[in-house]
Amino acid sequence: MLARPPSHSPALGPGCAGPPLAEASSVSIQYPAQPTAQVPTCGAASFLVDHNAVNAPGRDPSQHTQMPYVTGSSVLALTFKDGVMLASDTLGSYGSTKRYKSFERIRKVNDRTVLGASGELSDFQYIMNLLDELTTDDFCEDDGGMLSPREIWSYLCRVLYNRRNKQDPLWNSLVIGGIEHGKPFLGTVGMIGTHYTDDHIATGFGNMLARPLFREKHSPDMSEADAEALIHEALKVCYYRDKQSINKFQLAKITEAGVSVSEPFALPTRWDYKHFENPSANAVGTW
Amino acid sequence: MFRNQYDTDVVTWSPQGRIHQVEYAMEGVKQGSAAVGLKSKTHVVVASLRRPQVELSSSLRKVFKIDDHLGIAISGLVSDGRSLCRYMRNECLNHKFVYDSPMSTARLVRDVADRAQVATQRSWKRPLGVGLLVAGYDTSGPRLFYNCPSGQYYDYKAFAMGARSQAAKTYLERNSCLPEGELTIETCSIGLVGKDLNFTLIEGQSLQPHLDAYKAAEGADDDAPGDGGGGDAPAATPMETS
Repeated sequence: MLARPPSHSPALGPGCAGPPLAEASSVSIQYPAQPTAQVPTCGAASFLVDHNAVNAPGRDPSQHTQMPYVTGSSVLALTFKDGVMLASDTLGSYGSTKRYKSFERIRKVNDRTVLGASGELSDFQYIMNLLDELTTDDFCEDDGGMLSPREIWSYLCRVLYNRRNKQDPLWNSLVIGGIEHGKPFLGTVGMIGTHYTDDHIATGFGNMLARPLFREKHSPDMSEADAEALIHEALKVCYYRDKQSINKFQLAKITEAGVSVSEPFALPTRWDYKHFENPSANAVGTW
Repeated sequence: MFRNQYDTDVVTWSPQGRIHQVEYAMEGVKQGSAAVGLKSKTHVVVASLRRPQVELSSSLRKVFKIDDHLGIAISGLVSDGRSLCRYMRNECLNHKFVYDSPMSTARLVRDVADRAQVATQRSWKRPLGVGLLVAGYDTSGPRLFYNCPSGQYYDYKAFAMGARSQAAKTYLERNSCLPEGELTIETCSIGLVGKDLNFTLIEGQSLQPHLDAYKAAEGADDDAPGDGGGGDAPAATPMETS
């Protein structure tokens, strides 16, 4: 099988599209970079970029993401006895405008992994393209091999950290959930490559609003029904408190049986609580 | 060795349909000292003879560690082996860096075989002169592969290569519980395609009913007098039962 050119440039490392050429420095003139048996297939010459190609006449100056445009809010996730559960709403905000109300921010990666994203949604789509490429490669290998959730998480850590090092971050907080050797896996990666695994995870506002609830009520051996009730409650709290969210959610479950991402659903809400009447009364310093 | 006019480069076929340069490279593997590999349900072992080339020299290394889960034994041109070893180490290291997990033995072996194959198809290259016994343990269990200079690779339970390895091979064949010539679900697979039927691969357990039907039909055939060739298949073909 002949190698197919990957969507990311070998010179720029994982997750970076761009010119693969090397600028002629004194070192590279003396030892010209050539594809050899021993040059690794990725991250080979991370610092050798052809600036003439980047700034070629007629080419727009390269632009980096300086702020996100269409964004998604929190993703909540927790493990339970037989697997992992992820939930988020389906909103793509354009600033404060609720611009896209049916954007699926939780996607299946392969038969045992799901990815949820908050932050810039176009970057999320790009990341999904990268992962779909890997999944397709696995399919084409036809040996039954499949990336495990941990491998996908590790790959995304590399991609996001590499892009941060290019001063061109992918503006996302990602949550990777899946099942591996019968055990649940839950991990997260931030836009600058910060990453960790935990039994429960929330991104964005959810980190402040949902995780205290998780810390209080979550246990790794809780049943699926209990976990679902807890995540519903946390979603509701996020919806009450987070302006950038809507009452249209999706819930993904990953168990040994496989991956399921639910149809969008709404949760019953009440707005006549006493505490909601004068919100600033309980929060000194707000207005 | 016998020479002829079609063996001076690797891109010229002989009229017999052979590429002599590749065959010579495979002969090169037999010049090296023997290496043996054997697989159990949980482990793989490779071993090699490392005699000093000259009386006063030390012996060459023939078994190399590639990664924590993988190692190789080589026979033939040790320098080619070292270069492949370095390539494999690099691939494993990259895989570990990006995915934080050990690389699949089968996929690495396939990559190495691809490299060997390219050397059999370019006028400015020469085929590798080394045979590689790759022992690895990954999510698919213990694996033992033999990589040939021709670019072919084989999945083995037990194998021996190198000088005077035939004795070792015979010994392994005698002493391993290898399947006999009979057809079993492990020893064959069927693919079929046709009108309104996508290409379907019948392997493993789903092959069992077909094999049973075939054996029944064969038994019936044997009972029938005359016709030893069995040219006309009986009407009840097992293929249509699915």
